[in-house]
Amino acid sequence: MDYAATTPVDPRVLEAMKPYFLKKYGNSMSLHAWGREAKEALENSRETVASLMNADQEEVIFLGSGTEGSNMVLKGTAFANRKKGKHIIVSSIEHHCVLESARWLERQGFEITYLPVDKYGLVDLNALENAIKKDTILVSVMHANNEIGTIEPVEEIGKLCREKGIYFYSDAAQSYGKIPVDVEKMNVDLLMVDAHKIYGPKGTGALFIRKGTKIEPLLHGGGHEFGLRSSTVNVASIVGFAKAVEIQKKEMNSDANKQTKFRDRLIKEILKIEDSHLNGHPTKRLPNNAHFWFAYIEGESLITQLDMHGIAASTGSACSSESLEPSHVLLAIGLKPQEAHGSLRLTTGKYTTKKDVDYVLEILPKAVKRLREISPFKGGWE
Amino acid sequence: MKEVFLYPETVVRHFRKPKNMGRMKNPSGIGKVGNLLCGDVLWLYIKVKKDEKGEESIADVKFECFGCVVAIGISSVLTTMVKGKPLEEALKLRKEDILGKTGPLPPIKVHCSVLAVDALHEAIYDYYLRNKTQIPEQLQKEHERIQKTLEKVEERFKKYVELQEKVFGAKKS
Repeated sequence: MDYAATTPVDPRVLEAMKPYFLKKYGNSMSLHAWGREAKEALENSRETVASLMNADQEEVIFLGSGTEGSNMVLKGTAFANRKKGKHIIVSSIEHHCVLESARWLERQGFEITYLPVDKYGLVDLNALENAIKKDTILVSVMHANNEIGTIEPVEEIGKLCREKGIYFYSDAAQSYGKIPVDVEKMNVDLLMVDAHKIYGPKGTGALFIRKGTKIEPLLHGGGHEFGLRSSTVNVASIVGFAKAVEIQKKEMNSDANKQTKFRDRLIKEILKIEDSHLNGHPTKRLPNNAHFWFAYIEGESLITQLDMHGIAASTGSACSSESLEPSHVLLAIGLKPQEAHGSLRLTTGKYTTKKDVDYVLEILPKAVKRLREISPFKGGWE
Repeated sequence: MKEVFLYPETVVRHFRKPKNMGRMKNPSGIGKVGNLLCGDVLWLYIKVKKDEKGEESIADVKFECFGCVVAIGISSVLTTMVKGKPLEEALKLRKEDILGKTGPLPPIKVHCSVLAVDALHEAIYDYYLRNKTQIPEQLQKEHERIQKTLEKVEERFKKYVELQEKVFGAKKS
């Protein structure tokens, strides 16, 4: 129930990767046969990954993680377009990799606007239009939120950015391979995707960079990936990523239908628990994401109660974070800190069964009840 | 799968099966500590009995906790340590005594053990107050420190929320 955190590698992906460790281990930059073999695998993989986002092969580079992509986009466009301006707009519910890059840029003298969202987590287009200034160089709004699963109106946002001549970046780590991602329809200039969210290996991501986009690399060196990301290419993992994409291409639609059924059942049944609330949009949400908050209990305790029964889930509670502050996403959609503490994220995946969902629906109400017995707050906050 | 514990096993065991958990009817004293905004609230109830010699001891103790695994687990551990103990002895209990029993906590969770000790001392303070007993100087100081910390935490959190609102826009209803 925590597929949004990561997924297991599909056995077919692992099989595709295997030869690239022992036999086809060449460096894609080498001129000899082993090098050319690796280079071919790399370029074929690039084509596959690009095709599932309707991009050209030359517009996709591979990365070491999704986080790297966001860092490169924010810092890379900021520094490459300094002459145009120093203003960047990011949504207030972006992933930490965007927000922390933005904060770092703030310390370097760039100006950041954090865009508010409504109670569902949707970015307000009017607020965006008002936030845009003459010297705005980049707008960053994720495709689907990693916590509450809300799908943003990226097409409209992209259209607005295009009209104003501003780069639009979207973090599609949670959506790519799960719902359609099309860089043309979305009007994006930059888009990040991640392998380990779709049954590929960890430590592998990709970035779409529209032709003509001005961006500086983070990593300088041997000039790999069109000079935009120097580092010996991780061919095995990239081949695995491409295999995962190839599988999702075929299975995405049927899988999404299955996940939607699980999701809607989880939501319907869990909201029957007293003082439980849904976070995120009722329909504009990822097919595999169900997110709640339960009054009078704390999330880390809830996760541990579920863990005792072999259920893996996630929370935005302060107690589970390193900073002891509740999730910025939950605060941004208007939850009070004590409400955010009682949050629970359930995310399903292609190996989730109806039996798993039944089991969660059996255990969760008991776990909530148990913690409410321990809690001093029973039916009221004081 | 081999079980890996994030926290000392004793703490996790107590979280799974808390001892002395629940509300107490007609307690002799209650200690309410922690802050809802920060995610840890602990209410500790004590029932005090006097023996023939007039020595007061904790005949029964119960707790209620809104909080994380460590907060709940440590509270339970504390109740088992003070049940049946004379008040004077209970007052000497420090977080080090609890940690000595459980093993060390991650630094970020040490405040949970402070919370438990604070709740105990506040409960005894409340008992003395209700019985118009002279409050020992040390306990009075302790009480003032706890209340002051509470105010500080509330103030800090208010500032944090204000900052969030400033950054992310006005709160929605």
